[in-house]
Amino acid sequence: MARVLVGVKRVIDYAVKVRVKPDKTGVVTQGVKHSMNPFDEIAVEEAVKMKEKKLATEVIAVSVGPAQSAEVIRTAMAMGADRGVHVDVPQAEYELLQPIHISKILAKLALDEKADLVILGKQAIDDDANQTAQMTAAVLDWPQGTFCNKIEKTDAGLTITREIDGGLETIKTKIPAVLSADLRLNTPRYATLPNIMKAKKKPLKKVTAKDLGVDTTPRIEIISVEDPPVRQAGATVADVDALVAKLKEGGHI
Amino acid sequence: MFASNTRNLMRSSFLQRCKSTLVVAEHNNEALNPITLNTISAAKKIGGDVTVLVAGTKCGPASEALAKVEGVTKILVAENAAFKGFTSESLTPLILAAQAQFKYTHILAGASAFGKNLLPRVAAKLDVSPISEVIDIKSEDTFVRTIYAGNAILTLKSKDPVKVLTVRGTNFQPAATTGGSGTVEQAAAGDYASSLSEFVSQELTKSDRPELAGAKVIISGGRGLKSGDNFKLLYDLADKFGAAVGASRAAVDAGFVPNDLQIGQTGKIVAPDLYIAVGISGAIQHLAGMKDSKTIVAINKDAEAPIFQVADIGLVADLFKAVPELTGKL
Repeated sequence: MARVLVGVKRVIDYAVKVRVKPDKTGVVTQGVKHSMNPFDEIAVEEAVKMKEKKLATEVIAVSVGPAQSAEVIRTAMAMGADRGVHVDVPQAEYELLQPIHISKILAKLALDEKADLVILGKQAIDDDANQTAQMTAAVLDWPQGTFCNKIEKTDAGLTITREIDGGLETIKTKIPAVLSADLRLNTPRYATLPNIMKAKKKPLKKVTAKDLGVDTTPRIEIISVEDPPVRQAGATVADVDALVAKLKEGGHI
Repeated sequence: MFASNTRNLMRSSFLQRCKSTLVVAEHNNEALNPITLNTISAAKKIGGDVTVLVAGTKCGPASEALAKVEGVTKILVAENAAFKGFTSESLTPLILAAQAQFKYTHILAGASAFGKNLLPRVAAKLDVSPISEVIDIKSEDTFVRTIYAGNAILTLKSKDPVKVLTVRGTNFQPAATTGGSGTVEQAAAGDYASSLSEFVSQELTKSDRPELAGAKVIISGGRGLKSGDNFKLLYDLADKFGAAVGASRAAVDAGFVPNDLQIGQTGKIVAPDLYIAVGISGAIQHLAGMKDSKTIVAINKDAEAPIFQVADIGLVADLFKAVPELTGKL
């Protein structure tokens, strides 16, 4: 195995309470703290670990998005990725970009860069789509190992433990493959200051979707983005007896 | 006037006839997974014929059950050793073959680990953009889903010729399991075995409790439980209700319980009649998985915990005292 491509997405930080725009066209992103999608940090960590175990020779971090996406590529490089590719998409166009577009871009880059493995997060915490890895695998006609809990390299390929609804499942895949990281795959490292400084010197290539020959025509039209219904505030009860009484009142016991 | 009405009527009935939905059944070769019934209800909301595809190494039990499900027109059966472990690399070519033969306008599956793994692969092969975890269907091309961990509701119109959707089970009533008269047909035979991947084994969490996704009552524990052993307090309480037991990510990460109990944005989405959150602060990511529950009860010693903002009934108390006391009084 030689080269690992890791996809990273810049998203609103997981701890931020998002606000819907009054005109219902989306959520407020300007002036809001952004960071790397948590699942992508796990993907980067896994790729860097593979390099440390000499299973991989090079880790390439890729992000698709507007200019600020370069920041998350720098973060990935500070964590140990060797170089970066920023697929620059203007903000207005980016808002209608879907996993289908991203997967075609990633698939093209995987072939161009001769990657043997593509590792992505299982879902982005903004669109919550959980599609890109599966679709990238389909475009490439590679096997997919989704929701990875453990990834082991064997002579024949990979042995992957996946998180499924009833527990865990083990599959074997050939290489090349596309994998998606679940939360429990690893604990991502923090980028240290010296590594953040070093990352500034690592190569970061900028390309456009057009350079890669990928059509980014929107597949959806956003009708509206609205606040979810607000739950009515409840009441606090004084003790367990009062709780039991309330449960009885509600017909729960 | 009359002529144009007739034409509109004809056109709408023509469109009605043209819509046809394929639901990919989820089963384990022994029984149908209940989320398939919720998905069939979503398919009925789209209108038109509903076909259900059953693929596996043993399809008898699921296809027999489906033949009785109300609203199912046809059951396509593909029994083949290639589908061992339901790998998406083997199922995708089967679905593509069915699509080539019958030209469905919609392809649906439940938004479970199975559906999430499979349908995006199918969609990419059809060159369409799939739509995940749909919570409502406005029309044949307009769908509603949540984004940002359930903190915004997106209504979108799909421009693709085939709509590939995963359906959030808790937002659609299960279809009735009687009264149906679907016909059973064999799916087109083919060599669906894939050399790309191979199923090896499964380690399922054994439990006598109801499945989280369909449970009427769920007792859920978080970091406040402090250890896996203390979850016994919740199991005892759950026994009183015949409830399922769930957990927050903190409890799973700390190793108190296995990951398949996790409720939240990245775990399971549940909407029981009664959800009792014990020692759970109520982070955005956890609320995403349970805030559609009918009644939410929170037991937490921190009166400032965000869980109290969504709880119908809150009890500020030490769970180690309150939970055994509650169990005793039920």
